[in-house]
Amino acid sequence: MQFDLSMPAQLTSALGPDLLLMGGAMILLLWSGWRRESDEHQRSVGVLSMVLCVLTMVAVGYYAYRGYTATNGVIAVDNFRWAADEIFLIATLGTIAMSLDYNRREGITPGESHVLLLLSTSGMMILAAARDLIIVFLGIELMSIAIYVLVGLNRRRERSAEGAIKYFLLGAFSTAFLLYGIALVYGATGATNFVAIRSNIISYSLEHSGLLLVGIALLLVGFGFKVAAAPFHMWAPDVYEGAPTPITAYMAAAVKAASFAVLFRLWLEAFPTLISTWHEAVWWLAALTMIVGNLVALAQRNIKRLLAYSSIAHAGYILVALVVGTNLGSSAFMFYLFAYTVATLGAFAVIVALGRAGEDNMGVEEYAGLWSVRPGLAVAMAVFMLALLGFPIFGGIGFFAKWYILEAALKAPFPQTRLAVILVVMSVVSAGYYLYVVMVMFMKPRSSTAILPERAGGWTRAVVWASAAIILIFGLFPDALVSLTQRSTPAVSKEVAQRSR
Amino acid sequence: MEPHYSLVYVFLFYLFGVIALASALTFVTRKSPVAAALWLVNTMFSLAALYVMLDAQFVGVMQVLVYAGAIMVVFLFVVMLLNLGHPSELAAARGTGWKLAAGLIGLGLLSEIMVIARTKLPEQLIVPRDFNEQQLQKLNVVGMIAEPLFKDYLLAFELTSVLLLVAITGAVVLGRGRAAGAR
Repeated sequence: MQFDLSMPAQLTSALGPDLLLMGGAMILLLWSGWRRESDEHQRSVGVLSMVLCVLTMVAVGYYAYRGYTATNGVIAVDNFRWAADEIFLIATLGTIAMSLDYNRREGITPGESHVLLLLSTSGMMILAAARDLIIVFLGIELMSIAIYVLVGLNRRRERSAEGAIKYFLLGAFSTAFLLYGIALVYGATGATNFVAIRSNIISYSLEHSGLLLVGIALLLVGFGFKVAAAPFHMWAPDVYEGAPTPITAYMAAAVKAASFAVLFRLWLEAFPTLISTWHEAVWWLAALTMIVGNLVALAQRNIKRLLAYSSIAHAGYILVALVVGTNLGSSAFMFYLFAYTVATLGAFAVIVALGRAGEDNMGVEEYAGLWSVRPGLAVAMAVFMLALLGFPIFGGIGFFAKWYILEAALKAPFPQTRLAVILVVMSVVSAGYYLYVVMVMFMKPRSSTAILPERAGGWTRAVVWASAAIILIFGLFPDALVSLTQRSTPAVSKEVAQRSR
Repeated sequence: MEPHYSLVYVFLFYLFGVIALASALTFVTRKSPVAAALWLVNTMFSLAALYVMLDAQFVGVMQVLVYAGAIMVVFLFVVMLLNLGHPSELAAARGTGWKLAAGLIGLGLLSEIMVIARTKLPEQLIVPRDFNEQQLQKLNVVGMIAEPLFKDYLLAFELTSVLLLVAITGAVVLGRGRAAGAR
């Protein structure tokens, strides 16, 4: 069935899963305000939020299964959107599950925190669907404003407040870049719709319009901030360290995924004809991000900061898929995003499981000899580290994710050999810090003064084991996932590819 | 072809234009924030008059209601409640360096306007001279705003309301958190 997006009723149907999530979140907002603030109430809101997430996942799956399409309009209805939505929802589900235990430990009682998480996710779903610059802007704001609040949720801690302020100021700063870029692109092409932008660029031959190129550059800077690509990554370590750990997981996984999803759609649908122009800029962004992220991560001794720099490095790997600029790149991107999201969620769930109230034990050294006291968590953390490293077999899908990015880079119309070399060399460098964590857990003796970590809450353990299981099982049978991601490309870029053939 | 405007129209245009510019200048040079805010209200009013002259009565009314009304009142409340109205505090922000920087930014914006005025617009952005009159004959003024708002930009409009909901919820969560966790 094809939705006619110019009719409000059909636009509403095309937004079905998004509206389900938004509407459900608003009902949950009422429910969370209904009772007095308490830990039990926070947990009940959280569990209901998880149910809503699962329902939305089913709805997204149903839409994907029915294979709906749509006319050109403000939103896209294609598999790229559904695949990205499922990834966001998986990340949200894991984050809420972790928050249930984390909030109890830290004494965070507002149930609205879960609702804000859901609304932020609905902003991401809008981003994955957006095919209009205005919707892109609103989606980014919807996502970010909720996150600004969530980062500062634990206001009693100084670092949380500092992180929130830093994130808010730099977020607003980057939004200004983005907005200015949108304005200039609109000024140059006279359109905000991605498809209309592309056709206007062709029909008015705007390839060398200065206004348009400056606009694209500003957009790239704005998105560079959002995905924490070097040299726009400075905020990430402080914010990741200060935020409550589940929210850090959410930022590292879902927020990054959403920004990348919209970046891919925008670049592949609106500016495919300008690839020779933006190619160079994205190339340097990717190379620099990989190098800076991995080298600085080597020096980190705080586990949250280490994962922050690791997430910067991963942004670089994903940018390699963007440089490729074809559907091969976008399906490699989707696969990578899935692997990265699950591994990141798992790693942060282990941190939540081992954390103490106040989070003063975030040094990697604290994990020394973990194998002797909590063998299960130590093995799971090893799996996540190896998955992020891209190690074969024990790293599960992490290996295949890197493999497909490399394959896409080498098979591209313009093979990215040098970028592939940087990727491989930097992956070897990253072993220096991922394996260090593994080494500390398994080979260093536990110091006699170390306190035995408390038994983690059930929800957190569920996230740890589910993530590890997904990584290992799909690592053994990656074919199903590969065929899914191969179908998950932006619909319009497919037409372009066919026409140019 | 330049359209012909009546003498009264031209006179009123320059009158309100001069009032707007003069008030804006006074606004940035006043020492007291309250006086500055009131001059800003004056600027808003004359801008509203200019909007009305451009056949955008609805925007004009909104300008008065929202900017000159709501936002300025909130602004004055903040100034008075926080007792910020001491001229001495503002003196620091009026050093030569700041003036120079502000002047440079102003020049930058001016040159940008001049560059854009010289750039050739895409054809589809150029509307016929009597476009506004044509539209006005078809619809009333509010219709001209409502039609795109609830048709082309329906989704953007609805998303904005969700965005505001998130902002309010966030402010309440953070504000209440402070009360509960205050030490």
